[in-house]
Amino acid sequence: MQQSNRLRPFFENITFDRVDNEMILNFGPQHPSAHGQLRLMLHMQQEQITKAHPDIGYLHRGMEKMAENMIYNEFMPTTDRMDYIASSSNNYGFALAVERLIGLEVPRRAKVIRMMLLETNRLMSHLFWLATTALDIGAMTVFLFAFREREYLMDLIEDYCGARLTHSAVRIGGVPLDLPDNFIGDLRKFLDKLPENIKDYEDLLDTNRIWLMRMENVGVISKEMALSWGCSGVMLRASGVEWDIRKEEPYELYDEVEFNVPVSDKGDNYARYKLYMAEMKESAKILYQVLDMYSETEPALMAHAPQYISAPKLDIMTQNYSLMQHFVLVTQGMRPPVGEVYIPTESPKGELGYYINSQGGAYPYRLKLRAPSFWHTGILTDLLPGHYIPDVVSIIGTTNIVFGEVDR
Amino acid sequence: MRAYTPKDNVQKKPYYTDRYWVAPQVAKHDVSSDDVFAHDLDAIKAKFEVLDAYIQVDQMVVIINAHDNFAVIEMLKNEREYNQLSEMSAIDWLATEGKFEIFYQMLSMSKRKRLRIKCKIDEKESLQSVEKLFRSADWSEREMYDMFGVIVNNHPFMKRILMPDDWEGFPLRKTYPLQGDEFAAWYEVDKIFGKEAREIIGPENRDPARIDRYDTERFSRLGHEVPRGTDITNGEPDTPLVYQEPEGVFLIEKFDAEQSVVISDRHR
Repeated sequence: MQQSNRLRPFFENITFDRVDNEMILNFGPQHPSAHGQLRLMLHMQQEQITKAHPDIGYLHRGMEKMAENMIYNEFMPTTDRMDYIASSSNNYGFALAVERLIGLEVPRRAKVIRMMLLETNRLMSHLFWLATTALDIGAMTVFLFAFREREYLMDLIEDYCGARLTHSAVRIGGVPLDLPDNFIGDLRKFLDKLPENIKDYEDLLDTNRIWLMRMENVGVISKEMALSWGCSGVMLRASGVEWDIRKEEPYELYDEVEFNVPVSDKGDNYARYKLYMAEMKESAKILYQVLDMYSETEPALMAHAPQYISAPKLDIMTQNYSLMQHFVLVTQGMRPPVGEVYIPTESPKGELGYYINSQGGAYPYRLKLRAPSFWHTGILTDLLPGHYIPDVVSIIGTTNIVFGEVDR
Repeated sequence: MRAYTPKDNVQKKPYYTDRYWVAPQVAKHDVSSDDVFAHDLDAIKAKFEVLDAYIQVDQMVVIINAHDNFAVIEMLKNEREYNQLSEMSAIDWLATEGKFEIFYQMLSMSKRKRLRIKCKIDEKESLQSVEKLFRSADWSEREMYDMFGVIVNNHPFMKRILMPDDWEGFPLRKTYPLQGDEFAAWYEVDKIFGKEAREIIGPENRDPARIDRYDTERFSRLGHEVPRGTDITNGEPDTPLVYQEPEGVFLIEKFDAEQSVVISDRHR
């Protein structure tokens, strides 16, 4: 008997003689719904997966090795290329780790701008996730809608830092630029319209029969499995663990803004979808509060720490000593104290952590990038068996993996 | 004589170091300054040997013996509520002490605390897998093996993860150059065209900033132009300046270099 909510293949007049019908299917690395360069080796019994082997490394650039051969500021643009959907989050994670290592306090305006960047990036990332996942499932309209909104945000970021995808919009010790005049007004305009847009997506998807069939009770991750696999972010919260680093170990101004952490205990694709939608609303809530904070801040953008951070441009151009400091910092790089630090931040994908081991040199002795997607890909090994081929697409979709981050 | 470059660490070095400069230290605090960590440390100390323990940047670091790694992490997971292994990897200290340092970054959600378990092993020594405790170690340990060549015992699938299966060398070791070694330069040539094509194709250029002064295919030589692809290894041929194609261009009068006047004196 065919179940109503499963896309189980139903053969009426074909009988399979062989008992062992195992087939090995290569899914990717060029599969359009593999979200990059993911190769899955799937052992199949007819349409059902019995074993899954994610094979990664097609986008491996050796960022950890590169970091060991670069001064700290030089590495910043490389972090853009990890999770290139929300690159400011990566910049920020790295900047924060180095700041904690040298014990810097960032000026308040820089914090406010960073909060704006982080949450805009979260919105961009979630919109991108919604668009691509919906497209994989077949909802073309949602893709067009979500990309339209994302484009607006990308233009906004472009107004701020000049780049659309690889922002490098955060510096160690602050931010490089103040907001352009139109930024706050435009962002507010976008946020005012966002609930309407989210309602559009939800009207299209929430009770859509196809969407429900592909999403409900598919890819169920239990709480134990999520914890054991090192899941974080939405992957963890959809499985009933209330853990948001912004809330539990607040960094920047997250302890001053009010927002909720949406949690679900279902653990399936649909729960994750609902959480992404809810998180977008929470991000908007945070952004409204941060927009109000901006006007009350002093104009300083970079921390004052001549040993590590260059002076403002005006000082460099007018004062001899600042120019000398700047020259040394650019040519030789800052030398953080000897020690090690692991700093997690909540990127749109999950826990993005930077482990830095500094031996007092201009180059980090060891830098480990803890990218959430790495484990969200690993969990496919345990998650896929028992599912069917079409489920693979929707499960990869809701894990929200980005291969720049998986392979690093 | 060529300048001596150490072979045990070929990573980039700063071109200038002040020899009187003493690097400051990130403060290490006593574990007793934090109640939660102090209790955790007592629990570890009760059963295992702790070589060192301190708090650095709000996280406790506990250094243990490498053979205790499984038992300590099992204890932390089952008794001390450290329910996630967020990260683990190695640090290469082969050049200075001939050892790898392994770190396990753990998180306790109920206590909102993070701690780092560290241990050291020799180059040829292997480590006990913690994959039985945390599935996330499955991929982390594979990555550690792939990048450092640290063998992990009792791992279900000890295989390279990021690099190709038939790769030689361990990229994150300090002895491994950033641009890759000899093997890396020939890997794709051998794989795609076969070893017999080595002569024709040559090693892969893995240095994006490399400049070859004899390469007239990709580099223009301003003021010394020669036709593209000319072999100039034995001196460059005399290349007369031709201002126009020999047959002339449609509708344009033929330019005669002999007839023309070259202005060499600007004051003329």
